Amino acid sequence: MSREVAMLGEQMALQEKVEEICAKYNRKESLLIQILLEIQDELNWLPKEALLRLSAQLQIPLKRIYEVATFYKVFSLILRGRNLVKVCTGTACHVRKAPVMISRVTQLLGINPGETSSDLRFTLETVGCLGCCALGPVVAINDEYYSNPTTSKLEKLFNECQ
Amino acid sequence: MAKKIRSPEELLQFRKKVVAFKEAVKTRIIVSGGTCCLAKGSKRIFELFREELDRQNIAAGVELKSSGCHSFCENEVIVLILPEEICYMRVRAEDVKEIVSRTIIKKEIMERLLYKDPLTGEQFIKEGEIPFYKHQSQIVFGNNRFIDPKNIEDYIASGGYEALVKALQTMTPEEVITEVKKANIRGRGGGGFPAGSKWETTRNAPNNPKYVVVNCDEGDPGAYMDRALMEGNPHSVLEGLIISGYAIGAQEGFIYIRQEYPLATENTLHAINQAREYGFLGENILGSTFNFDVEVHRGAGAFVTGESSALMSAIEGRVGQPRPKYIRTAVSGIWGKPSNLNNVETLANVPLVINKGADWYSSIGTENSKGTKIFSLVGNVNNTGLVEVPMGTTIREIVYDIGGGIPGGRQFKAVQIGGPSGGCIPSQFLDMPIDYDEFTKVGAMMGSGGMIVMDEDTCMVDVARYFLDFLSDESCGKCVPCREGIRQLHKILMKIVRGDGEEGDIALLEDLSEVISAASLCALGQTAANPVLTAIKYFREEFLAHINEKRCPTKVCQGLVSYFIQPDRCQGCTACLKNCPSGAIDGGKGLIHVIIQEKCVKCGICFEVCPDRYRAVEKLSGGPVPPVPADREITRRRVER
Amino acid sequence: MKKVSLTIDGKEISASEHATLLQAARDAGIQIPTLCHDDRLAPYGSCRLCSVEITSGKKAKIVASCVYPVENGLVVETMSPRIVKIRRVILELLQASSPKGRVEELSKVYGTSTDKFEKELTFCILCGLCVRYCSEVKKAHALGFIGRGIEKQVVFFPEIALKSCPGCEGECFSLCPTGILPNKFAQSVPSFGKVQPTVFPVRLWDEDNFLNLTRNIT
Repeated sequence: MSREVAMLGEQMALQEKVEEICAKYNRKESLLIQILLEIQDELNWLPKEALLRLSAQLQIPLKRIYEVATFYKVFSLILRGRNLVKVCTGTACHVRKAPVMISRVTQLLGINPGETSSDLRFTLETVGCLGCCALGPVVAINDEYYSNPTTSKLEKLFNECQ
Repeated sequence: MAKKIRSPEELLQFRKKVVAFKEAVKTRIIVSGGTCCLAKGSKRIFELFREELDRQNIAAGVELKSSGCHSFCENEVIVLILPEEICYMRVRAEDVKEIVSRTIIKKEIMERLLYKDPLTGEQFIKEGEIPFYKHQSQIVFGNNRFIDPKNIEDYIASGGYEALVKALQTMTPEEVITEVKKANIRGRGGGGFPAGSKWETTRNAPNNPKYVVVNCDEGDPGAYMDRALMEGNPHSVLEGLIISGYAIGAQEGFIYIRQEYPLATENTLHAINQAREYGFLGENILGSTFNFDVEVHRGAGAFVTGESSALMSAIEGRVGQPRPKYIRTAVSGIWGKPSNLNNVETLANVPLVINKGADWYSSIGTENSKGTKIFSLVGNVNNTGLVEVPMGTTIREIVYDIGGGIPGGRQFKAVQIGGPSGGCIPSQFLDMPIDYDEFTKVGAMMGSGGMIVMDEDTCMVDVARYFLDFLSDESCGKCVPCREGIRQLHKILMKIVRGDGEEGDIALLEDLSEVISAASLCALGQTAANPVLTAIKYFREEFLAHINEKRCPTKVCQGLVSYFIQPDRCQGCTACLKNCPSGAIDGGKGLIHVIIQEKCVKCGICFEVCPDRYRAVEKLSGGPVPPVPADREITRRRVER
Repeated sequence: MKKVSLTIDGKEISASEHATLLQAARDAGIQIPTLCHDDRLAPYGSCRLCSVEITSGKKAKIVASCVYPVENGLVVETMSPRIVKIRRVILELLQASSPKGRVEELSKVYGTSTDKFEKELTFCILCGLCVRYCSEVKKAHALGFIGRGIEKQVVFFPEIALKSCPGCEGECFSLCPTGILPNKFAQSVPSFGKVQPTVFPVRLWDEDNFLNLTRNIT
């Protein structure tokens, strides 16, 4: 199969996915955020093609979709890594040395917060508060939470990530 | 499919049946299963209990269940064994077998799993005897530990939906409002606005339909009471919401849950489905003429949507930008219709008020702040977790009697209350009672209930900078005073923590803060300066040390700290050399290591990896770094401790 | 139409019950400065320059006059010392990002210092006049806000701009209060903040870039 055909296939699949999700939410404009969340749950990010399709499906201006997609922090308009590492920077974590945890993780992964490794293995993010304040400082790897992991524990966990 | 309950009598009978069934069980094992507990492996522990009970063939006489958060989060996983009330803490997977064979079968106590007071060493068997719990009164949160959030029967057995029956059967909507007003429940989300008055305004607003909303967008960093309630006892919030719908005349409700709380969303959705099956949601609830249903909206990561008008925009599927509230959301909210929004904890209080009456409720608390308040007691404190105390309890009681004081014998410095909208309360106010108005007097605010304890090693300038950092990202960016004001407050604070502070900076911060507070569009901006203003008010000398002496007294601000290796302590182990990310360490086996200051990025990793037995890396602030020793050879092989 | 009566700067005024304070004041010949207001657009309340002090009963508070509805018996001060201070600080804040055009004119009136705050030139005050005009009046939606907080910015969406902008001849440009949009000198401004690669952010001030981009697409 040629590269173009493969890409075309991907495009088709993406369009269908978006349409399916829109139908599930009855194409209700007011559920835009919920629809975007679900698209991202499926695709791990929000590709431009999906948003253009969404604009046609819901019959709302593209502008309105981008305003929402860039306002809320959860949405990613760029491709993200297969494994999402979050370091909590909530106040409780902050006073329990979250900044040290960030430098530890940054050093181990070789990427800064907000960045994705070039092999698409990891994306590193800092988050406002994960709500596990008693366990701080908290690191979450693919939504599994770890309380104050040591460098060697982190190394082990990162190695387990595909 | 469960049988729909169509009348109060049917509910009563059903409850009797459930209670009788539960009473037949001799032993009950409850494994905590909140988000924190799951992080500590509680799911695996639960499964192991199931396997072990089956293996030992005693599953029939034992009820095993997974509950929500037990509030003493520091010591998860907590296993509660009833009826003996044995409370095991920090339970790990390897303990399960022994618990079953020793405690469940032989009724022996396993001492190593009991809570041990870190100060006195005293051990406690029963949960209620532990100081952390003893000094609390968990009237709202208490049920969390007995209820499986995925099982509506648990909630019904504990008297759940009784308040709804009472309201529907014996009270008019106006009477419900009167009762809530009389109880004087004030908004637990922070503002402290009386819930009853808000309900009344919404009810009396001319437009229809009306909406009721639960605000579970708990964005304050350091606060997680609402998460614990929502995921641990969703029906209590749901019952409060249904009652508010009845009182206000709404048929549709929304629950807006932070995206960061997946378990709360899962359990809430589950609870709503069950409530529909049992007939607590839907048409003709419990045989009355009242119809009501609920929709869950997931948030998408924005602190500002905790503000009521911004949250309502989010429910409409828009950018969570607050709108001017000169016409209140109670009059014109979602799609311009009257909308009542309450915080999770506020609504969880409602069934209590209806069941036990306003007189009982208002007997708890202070003159103007009634009932209890749940705080998340976190930070530099021995016992971290969720704490529910009557209003009027002092901060000292919370930090010392319940929280067990500051770890490592360090000194208390301040508590941060109210998150980015609140402020730091210093030690001279330790005896201040928990009260909406008292907090406002000292420049903080109740907020949603984050109480972050800070010890002497916390830099208050850094804390102020931290909150402005947070706010510059979380402001919606619409109005100039908030967006540009926060940008500049942040710049000035960054300048100070970098060591470039100048005279006049404090005055500029204060000046700017005044305008931000007065002219911003919404509460986020109006309160954004509080963390800065309280820090300056109570810790001015720390600001002055940073600005005038270029010194961070607590050695937290990286820009004012230098790392230095004490030549007479360094044993040349090369740990720092190997771990330094910027190649700023010169050394080798047998050599005293030296930090090349020009290359140092001040990440603190050398400080962290230097073995405890040497502790050779030191932080310096405010003075010159001592010169490199001429003789780098390590002669002594041992250092005296 | 029902009328309400109120006092603005000591003057007894009668206004229509649906009017905002700003409209009522302007109708009475009292000037209140604004940067984000346009009579053709829904009130927005973002620049806060139109803040006024109101007293209703005992309480005094600061409100944005462009969105605050008139009330019977309200007492309004448009030039109290508090208000003047607020306007001065707002203008000083704006000078740090966009020191030209209306901001410059008003700054002269209020005698503000130009270097009170650290400069970070973006040449956009996010008043949203262009964005709102494009959506509300032209119904074209070629412009929008992206991001939030201090990283919020205005962008063109090329896919839409390409279709709708040619027929409009830059009406949005003429609304811009910063005096930058139609000018050339802001081109060297470095980009700031997060890049949103899929949006093709074209900064509003960067007229040439925008034209180039649309040319490239056609």
